[in-house]
Amino acid sequence: MILARVTGTLVATQKNHKLEGAKLLLVQPLTLEDTPRGPELLAVDGVGAGVHEKVLIVLEGRAASDAIGKKAAPVDAAIVGIVDTVDLP
Amino acid sequence: MQLGKVVGNVVLTMKNDTLDGVKLLLVQPMSSAREPIGRVIVAADSVGAGVGEEVFFVRGKEASFPFYPTDVPADAGIVGIVDSWHIG
Repeated sequence: MILARVTGTLVATQKNHKLEGAKLLLVQPLTLEDTPRGPELLAVDGVGAGVHEKVLIVLEGRAASDAIGKKAAPVDAAIVGIVDTVDLP
Repeated sequence: MQLGKVVGNVVLTMKNDTLDGVKLLLVQPMSSAREPIGRVIVAADSVGAGVGEEVFFVRGKEASFPFYPTDVPADAGIVGIVDSWHIG
């Protein structure tokens, strides 16, 4: 899993039927120092995250599919948590 | 998933049987600022996308799920056509 920041929302009318009702959010993966790392991704939201929030993302199909409660949905990234704090002693 | 723009299509006569009838499109991955990211990829289309459209695609085995029960040997698939996005 990775840490990321939600940067935006996306609207798509024409999409795979398994994605109907799913919220799609643009997310920017982060380093531990909160700086952007790599390209933006599009993730389905399984927890009700909003723009600017720091979130936990799974980057694997089955896990992402489980996160939105669908079987075999064609997704590869999902938000599975909203981060309160990250402690790095 | 990632944002991308459809920039072309690929036609094959000799191909894996399970790819019969599957539309293959060239997709340039891009950022939300519409800047190209990395190389153009070939993706299986299951939503009726066309050249010039902004789409989002999935990578990996999940690309074949829209074609279930056919096990399509694809590692990238377009799963939605983007209407709009909003940053911030």
